[in-house]
Amino acid sequence: MAGIVSYGAYIPWHRMERQKCVSAWGGFGMPGEKAVAYFDEDSVTMAVEAARDCLGDIDGRTIDGLYFATTTSPYKEKQCAAIMAIALDMRRDIRTIDVNTSLRAGASAFGMAMDAIQAGSANSVLVTAADIRMAAPAGMTEQGLGDGAGAILLGNDNVIAEIQGSYSITDELVGTWRAADDTFIRSWEDRMIMDEGYGKVIPEALMGIMKKYNLEPKDFAKVVFDSPVDGRKHGKAAVAAGFDPSQVQDPFTLFLNVGLTGCAQSLMMLVSALESAKPGDKILFAGSGNGVDAFILQVTDAIEKLPERRGITGHLASKKMMDNYNAYLTWRGIVPQEEARRPAKTPARLSAMWRENKQQIGLWGIKCKQCGTIQYDDGAAATTPIRVCAKCGAQDNFDDYNFANKKATVFSYTHDNLAPVADPPASVVLIDFEGGGRAFFDLTDRDPAELEVGTKVEMTFRRMQINRGLSVYHWKARPVR
Amino acid sequence: MPGSIKDKVAIVGMGCTRFGELWEKGTTDLIVEPVNEALADAGIELKDIEAAWGGTLFSGNGGRTVSEALRLQYKPVTRVENACGSGHEAIRGAAYAVAAGVYDICLAVGYEKLKDEGQSGLPGMQNRTGTHYESSMPGVFAMMATRYFNRYGLTPEEGKTMLGKISVKSHHNGSLNPKAHLRREIKLEQVLNAPIIAWPLGLFDCCGVSDGGAAAIIVRADMAKNFTDTPVYIKALQICAGPTSGRLLTDYDYTHVEESYRAGIAAYAEAGVTNPREEISMAEVHDCFSITEAVTMEDLQFSPRGKVRDDIEAGTFELSGQLPVQPDGGLKCFGHPIGASGIRMIYEPYLQFKGRAGDRQLKDPKLALAHNMGNEPYAPVVSCCIVGL
Repeated sequence: MAGIVSYGAYIPWHRMERQKCVSAWGGFGMPGEKAVAYFDEDSVTMAVEAARDCLGDIDGRTIDGLYFATTTSPYKEKQCAAIMAIALDMRRDIRTIDVNTSLRAGASAFGMAMDAIQAGSANSVLVTAADIRMAAPAGMTEQGLGDGAGAILLGNDNVIAEIQGSYSITDELVGTWRAADDTFIRSWEDRMIMDEGYGKVIPEALMGIMKKYNLEPKDFAKVVFDSPVDGRKHGKAAVAAGFDPSQVQDPFTLFLNVGLTGCAQSLMMLVSALESAKPGDKILFAGSGNGVDAFILQVTDAIEKLPERRGITGHLASKKMMDNYNAYLTWRGIVPQEEARRPAKTPARLSAMWRENKQQIGLWGIKCKQCGTIQYDDGAAATTPIRVCAKCGAQDNFDDYNFANKKATVFSYTHDNLAPVADPPASVVLIDFEGGGRAFFDLTDRDPAELEVGTKVEMTFRRMQINRGLSVYHWKARPVR
Repeated sequence: MPGSIKDKVAIVGMGCTRFGELWEKGTTDLIVEPVNEALADAGIELKDIEAAWGGTLFSGNGGRTVSEALRLQYKPVTRVENACGSGHEAIRGAAYAVAAGVYDICLAVGYEKLKDEGQSGLPGMQNRTGTHYESSMPGVFAMMATRYFNRYGLTPEEGKTMLGKISVKSHHNGSLNPKAHLRREIKLEQVLNAPIIAWPLGLFDCCGVSDGGAAAIIVRADMAKNFTDTPVYIKALQICAGPTSGRLLTDYDYTHVEESYRAGIAAYAEAGVTNPREEISMAEVHDCFSITEAVTMEDLQFSPRGKVRDDIEAGTFELSGQLPVQPDGGLKCFGHPIGASGIRMIYEPYLQFKGRAGDRQLKDPKLALAHNMGNEPYAPVVSCCIVGL
């Protein structure tokens, strides 16, 4: 039976106390903190990180589809899942889909994956959802939002939670929206949204799916669905559907530590629920946004054999509190920074990017078949791809070798104040990978004071620059935490 | 070695502009002025030049930049580029052409209107895919300092002090050089307290970013005395391009430059030098950063591996020391107009040999080494040129 095979999450390392917004603008401060994507992160990079957390040792090439849900795609025209498929080392003969514009997109992508698997057109599909929504400064919405991503692998084999049913409703009520040319989200009056929207459609869907499958609230160990800013409304909606508050997957942990993560929220809450789920648990999972997609999940014994991962719990524990609010404004491009006093970079060449997709987005290098030396060429000179082994001179006699999941040790480093970056200094490391291979990378999510020769690092997928509207992705190193 | 350049060609005229932020001068000025000085020095006219090589990284392309500036009349002119080693490459083109017997009198000119690039330092490193790590040139050399400190157990203070003394020495020499870009004496405390450019390198660990031009007239050795009583002969000119394996393979220590070491060995062999520390009278090395000079002292076998600090402490490389290094101030203070630097490095020994080095004059120099390096420590092209009387 189709179900959840694995799960993962991603929360940016940087967090900002909501009080920082109040310090900057005045007004009323909400409790807690929000996760803030670093200047080199976006929905695509966060979704890739969540997907990597989800996959662990699972081979990306065994998966038949990749669905990417976001309301904050870097593109209005161009698919992002195709980029992610290379980063995750997935096959070419798979279906990649971006699911956009709805806050329900995460749950909807989950449903689409379920449909594909149940229909037999795919044996497994990886669903990712990420959001990096922006509200205009100085408002309460800004405080409430946070950045993050979730990922769920659905399939037929090694299922940790079977999907035993699904139910959807559609509902047209304009609560929040962002027009094609809007930077910031807009909202209608709260009371209307809550009382006629969220407060009614959530119970309608929860009760609808229970009725469809002749189930009652007491049959469920947990009910998991997304929350509005006011978490009390979340509990009221559950109670309205007949649930006891003890059955409700707590939305406060995510809200107080991360914030509302848009279409990723429902998946992230599901990940949270699965982290503490036990075999035999029945979970009612739903995601809302112009309607609701709801699912009945039955947790199996296999959940106890799931390998360790960071998930929500691990990511929550790893954080760096931001010193000030200004950094947030510049990382999101809300306030421009003075440009470096130097000519603009030469544009990235699309032809070269395409030619080097495998090295740059996939982080593939080579292992020489003749001498066994492992090598990654960072493309610093105009010499990629490697044609001649740097060790023994063998030509074109290599096996592909992937570095994305290899840990590494810092061999040398600098903190460069001359290089123009959004969060100076530019920390650059020369790293030696476990198993072989050496290369230069930017170091991200770092505290300059904590870096030394010998620091352990791991690879993370990041955006290097935006060039003529084109998001250029590659990998950076980050300290292992 | 099948052949050798030793004593086959001589430099009979040289010219060099003042280096610096020469806002009022353009590329043409930086070609015409050093060439005029070199021609006058050799006692010849422009029409006597049979062929020319121009070295530059950024300032124009093709041989035409030189022929246009000088209005050279339908002569063979080639632009050469070997990154920061372009100056030596121009010398090499002219010297080899003369040595081959194809020409008698050739011009090598290096020039760089660097300050038209509109930035501090050089453009950041980039690749075609837009995915290059964000590092400046100081950054990649700083990583060599990080390694050097780590490998030899120097605290940051000890390491920075060692490097700082190199810069103090070069600033002293530069203060004696009217053509130098940076002519101010500095104290060690200033070096140590200066803003960090790329940790652990601070402002005074980095060379000047300069405009400038330098030129040499190269002729057949057997006709050199027709031009001057004291021709300066090329004793060795060896270039070494690395395979850029230092950034791929884990066996590179990043505390030396293999290409410098090998170019040095080849040049010593060509010149017949068996004990560089004793036989070389002075050296101009590619001190783009203080750490580069430090490791180059070891690569050129002036100091034992890991021991340059002892020689720095002992003042070995100071003007009054056993082996003066950068008597003209080096890249550090004379400045670094990319294409011109390699020729400027030969201009100083040329003046020293002729007794024209003014306040910097060394006593009776016999053999000088110029070391010109292009690109990063793990992937450079290095040229070593030995000149003497």
